[in-house]
Amino acid sequence: MSGSNGAGPLIAVEDLVVHYPVARGLVGSVARRPQQVVRAVEGVSFTVARGELVALVGESGCGKTTTAQAVLRLVEPVSGRIEFDGDDITGLQSRALRPLRRRMQLIYQDPYESLDPRLSVQAAVEEPLQIHGLGGSRKERRERVRDALARVELSPPELFLERYPHELSGGQRQRVAIAASIVLGPDLLVADEPVSMLDVSVRAGVLNLLDGLRKEGLGILMITHDLSTAARFADRIAVMYLGRIVEQGPAQAVVRDPQHPYTKALLSVVPRRDPRERSRREILSGEAPDAVRIPSGCRFHPRCPIAIAECREIDPRLERAGADPRHEAACIRV
Amino acid sequence: MSSLLEVENLHVWFELEGERELHAVQGVSFTLEPGERLGLVGESGCGKTTSVLGVLGLLPPSASVAGRVLLNGEDILAGGEETIRPHRWVDLAIVFQGAMNALNPVKTVGSQIVEALELHGQASGRAARVRAGELLNSVGIPAERTDRFPHEFSGGMRQRAAIAMALACNPSVLVADEPTTALDVMVQAQILELLDSLCNDFGLALLLVTHDLPVVAELCDRAAVMYAGEIVEYGPVDALYHEPRHPYTRLLFAATPDLYGRGVPVSIPGAPPRLDLPLYGCPFHPRCDRAFTRCKDEHPALKELGGSRSAACHLNDVVAKTA
Repeated sequence: MSGSNGAGPLIAVEDLVVHYPVARGLVGSVARRPQQVVRAVEGVSFTVARGELVALVGESGCGKTTTAQAVLRLVEPVSGRIEFDGDDITGLQSRALRPLRRRMQLIYQDPYESLDPRLSVQAAVEEPLQIHGLGGSRKERRERVRDALARVELSPPELFLERYPHELSGGQRQRVAIAASIVLGPDLLVADEPVSMLDVSVRAGVLNLLDGLRKEGLGILMITHDLSTAARFADRIAVMYLGRIVEQGPAQAVVRDPQHPYTKALLSVVPRRDPRERSRREILSGEAPDAVRIPSGCRFHPRCPIAIAECREIDPRLERAGADPRHEAACIRV
Repeated sequence: MSSLLEVENLHVWFELEGERELHAVQGVSFTLEPGERLGLVGESGCGKTTSVLGVLGLLPPSASVAGRVLLNGEDILAGGEETIRPHRWVDLAIVFQGAMNALNPVKTVGSQIVEALELHGQASGRAARVRAGELLNSVGIPAERTDRFPHEFSGGMRQRAAIAMALACNPSVLVADEPTTALDVMVQAQILELLDSLCNDFGLALLLVTHDLPVVAELCDRAAVMYAGEIVEYGPVDALYHEPRHPYTRLLFAATPDLYGRGVPVSIPGAPPRLDLPLYGCPFHPRCDRAFTRCKDEHPALKELGGSRSAACHLNDVVAKTA
């Protein structure tokens, strides 16, 4: 294993497919009903570079979290290829993955659940170092814990080291969780809805913190349903619908010049903070079908306001769309 | 002429262990007219849900409530449960936070609405079944789905059913506590549109309780911004965004990301004060970027500022411009 020269993307995902079997139940098994699968992710490709924040956006069930879990090798893909820093990690066994775990860290949605209530801040941030046998002597480890706390702007660290999660606010807890993920010096952070459980007044601080880590050179893959957050903090946005990326490109190009009818509709219904900008909402009826029964052709066609007969047959690929050469959409009508 | 709903100087205290008290709602007043949409907005712990539960007489026994709640001029809080009960659900209804997950899983959605109609003596038997179908239809659930179970509905459909159930007795005021919080943005838009049309078509007055400023900006005519158990600013949503007269309102909007990436969202430093300890001065002064000496010592009262708006900030005495 080599290749970590930092030239290529940090993460390159190619044609990723992840399926989950649906439990048939006793009756189904006895009756030998065919095994059904949830087609959670069906051919997703994207990259995340060092110093880049990529947002995967979409509604629940679109496959964004499954994609992130596959990148971290927490779920097994059916097919496709995941490269981390130039190395193919798709087939690696857990033993071989272990040294990589330190380099890719996950930040969970709910800091109230991700932190062990019995561990002080010091112990929570030190724990990853102990698990990976890193950080040298006890004194050196303490130093690294302090550094990590300072980087997440919990300063002075002395004020927080001996505190327990219940003595911290939601924003402070999420900062501790981030400190525990960066103490190992990872290259990639995967943040799954990192601020959705936090109060509005502290969200920006946590997001600005991730932005700062990105500027220091970390690659960040952020899963979010909030387009405004993605628009402000991501370099690139990938919009997912039913297991596919239907549009991707530079964040501002996607938000200001959306190409795919799904992205257009989604953006039209984002509530604006200025009442004078009340959106001309283009509300799609119903909800996305479940990923067991994916429509033929373009999977968005049953809800699409501009679908034509061909859309029922042609499964569109991502192709260049819009003014920006890095902007792509999967729609035959674009 | 009295308003449809007038809440006057509402206070709520919770008893804590060791003879301590938590003063959760500290003198909240607002009015609601037919067909109007009022947002009650603030962060967790600011007292917005406690306020509306107080108005509906739904707080636990450990809470004491003071103040007046006038419904068409009649004080329904005065006689406790006895004076509230005839009006709860009948005139004032609530869709609780998470109501869509509180439907009975072993009964069909239609039969649960029939049950509500029969319980309140609105209709019974066949008439109740017909009315249940109409109610579900009015929230966008086709009649043929009346006999389905909650698990056969999507999240958005269950939220519609919860709204239909709250409308069973044809109330004049609907309180909706975080009605779209757990929903995806497209489903949220569908529910907001439904609430909007209920207000427009039936003259329903809506009290929308939420932490989400853009949702209020999208749907409401006026809003009350709450902080530490008080309303700190009250007025038309357009004025709140464009000319806030309380620094908390301004900072809360500034902390909200903009879809087109204009401006860097900034957090408000610090945290809200504890409400089980006495407060000195303005409750927001430790986090305020414009606090001055008076703010530490003197509690600012909510003052009328003209243009049917008010704010509780000393700055409005000093300079008659944007806080």
